[in-house]
Amino acid sequence: MPDPTAADEVLRAPHVLEYTYTRSVGPVIGAFLTGLRQGRILGATGDEGRVVVPPAEYDPVTARPSGELVEVGPGGAVSTWAWENEPTADHPLSRPFAWALVVLDGATTGLLHVVDAGSPDAMASGMRVRPRFRPEGERRGHLLDIECFVPEESS
Amino acid sequence: MTDATSTGQEPVAIMESPIHVDYRFTAGLAQSRFLKGLSQGRFLGQRCPRCHKVYVPPRGSCPTDGVPTTDEVELSNQGTVTTYCVVNVPFQGQSIEIPYICAQILLDGANLAFMGLIQEIAADQVRMGMRVEAVWVPPEELGPTMASVRHFRPTGEPDADYESFKEYL
Amino acid sequence: MSAAPTGRPVAVVSFAQSPQVRREDHRNEVEMLMPVVEEVFSRIGVTKADMGFVCSGSSDYLVGAPFSFVSALDAVGVWPPMRESHVEMDGAWALYEAWTMLRAGDVDTALVYSFGRSSPGQLAKILALQLDPYYLAPLWPPPTALAALQARAVIDAGRATEEDFAEVAARSRRQALANPHAQLSGDRAPGELMKDDYVVSPLRRHALPPITDGAAAVVLAAGERATELCDRPAWITGIDHRIETHALGARDLTSSPSTTLAARGAGLGERAAVDVAELHAPYAHQELILRDALGLGAEVSVNPSGGALAANALMVAGLIRIGEAAQRIMDGSAARALAHATSGPCLQQNLVCALAAETPSGGR
Repeated sequence: MPDPTAADEVLRAPHVLEYTYTRSVGPVIGAFLTGLRQGRILGATGDEGRVVVPPAEYDPVTARPSGELVEVGPGGAVSTWAWENEPTADHPLSRPFAWALVVLDGATTGLLHVVDAGSPDAMASGMRVRPRFRPEGERRGHLLDIECFVPEESS
Repeated sequence: MTDATSTGQEPVAIMESPIHVDYRFTAGLAQSRFLKGLSQGRFLGQRCPRCHKVYVPPRGSCPTDGVPTTDEVELSNQGTVTTYCVVNVPFQGQSIEIPYICAQILLDGANLAFMGLIQEIAADQVRMGMRVEAVWVPPEELGPTMASVRHFRPTGEPDADYESFKEYL
Repeated sequence: MSAAPTGRPVAVVSFAQSPQVRREDHRNEVEMLMPVVEEVFSRIGVTKADMGFVCSGSSDYLVGAPFSFVSALDAVGVWPPMRESHVEMDGAWALYEAWTMLRAGDVDTALVYSFGRSSPGQLAKILALQLDPYYLAPLWPPPTALAALQARAVIDAGRATEEDFAEVAARSRRQALANPHAQLSGDRAPGELMKDDYVVSPLRRHALPPITDGAAAVVLAAGERATELCDRPAWITGIDHRIETHALGARDLTSSPSTTLAARGAGLGERAAVDVAELHAPYAHQELILRDALGLGAEVSVNPSGGALAANALMVAGLIRIGEAAQRIMDGSAARALAHATSGPCLQQNLVCALAAETPSGGR
């Protein structure tokens, strides 16, 4: 009998896990996604003057139910960012880009998205960005209705 | 979702989040030995050094004692149907005609039953305790897979005594 | 829920871990766990029959096998049927569950184990699945990118520099030289490390944890049973865990209020008075955040094992922190210790466990 502890005696095979989850989004996330389809970004009013973007059903600190939804942005400021050198097929952009938390005008929290800046040299914390929406006919009520953010033209 | 297009006016109610993850699955040492045995037309199990039970397919440990099962044991081609069900439900990709029999089979000398297909007998003739033997695919089709066992068929021997397999139900 | 001295004192009395390696692909989970369970028992001369409770921590997504934790029980052998539980979390949280069980007084001993193999699957994608499915996961951000956002926030806030990250990495890998189980160790000066390329700027290669396969196990015992089993039990004087919002952009990423709260819950003051602290900081900058959150002074030995920068088996590295900290009490090299475990992106959820050689007040 061959040595069963020899690593080359072990069989290996590819294995794929695939699920097509379908989620109910509820009234708050649903309103946000509906807004994206219309080319608008909505936030939720919370306690202590917070405007939470993307909106949640509750305040992230006090956990009290959120108030009304308000339109924010579309422009905003990058609060922090990281440079992605090797995008994968799953990522929003196929060329190197910046991951960023964007605090939209009128919001008090950051939205995670990507910035199509071309080079890390074009990125800085505090820089102004604006969303690039997909064409209206391609929007489906999804976070990726915003294709990416782009630097606001400096003048 | 009533609003399949982006031009509709219905609020968004549903979001699809498909997931696809690729893995490289490792069978581990014990299961690899078992699978390689199948490609030789043999059932290879392992014996617990403490309670002496024989597990097939083996997972490398005794689920009772929690110790490694190191002794390899070749099992018989024959066994006993401990319990079974009659499958009448068609499903996508089905390769066997319904009704067919899915049975738990306890190989002679084993202390663990595994699932197998029973053929060469009418569905209403199958019974608990029936003696069966493995029918292997032709040698050129053998591989490290349970598909190497085409099915089990009756041996014609008298049925096994209930007492002999009641622990394995 | 916190460290109020009710219930019986509970101690770590044994700890074992597998070699922490990049790829453990010739053994299945059971084959990987068995030697670890055997070792954690043999160190104190017990068997599974002596255990009143078994609790494990693991994630099925890592190996792509639903309910893999059920078959992993074969490594223990739970027949005749045992009291058993599982958390889809790091083993540190399994230990927390076992601790509550022992405090309640139903059982005197518990086995806690965890296993994690990151090598079979696409780790970055799997970790994205723990994120908010509506707002974060659709972008499939890798864990390194989220950690990098946090690192930049730390730099922008003037709290630390990239050189500070390199200092943490250099010290961790140097300390790991003395840890036979460590995956990644070495003696490279911080200045040398600063020549590494960025993986996701501002994080360079050295500031990231290795990808690790591994397993670990701990035995807990309550009251007199602990002193019977171990000459110098590592008494759990307090343990608590807290979580922050999953809305990444609603957090102050430069601090860890949940760690601070958990430390208070575990009975530690503003400046944790301990000899040694094992911190589960997978990314170099996170050690700096945790030091602040826990109020660790310069006199505290931090991550003598090398920490998560030396080995970071998912679902295991937190339990190993508790085991490593407890080991230093059991071997007499420390009188008081602190262990920390984290879960989620950017230190979202944190557990703090305070350990001491002295029996906690409340007696036994």
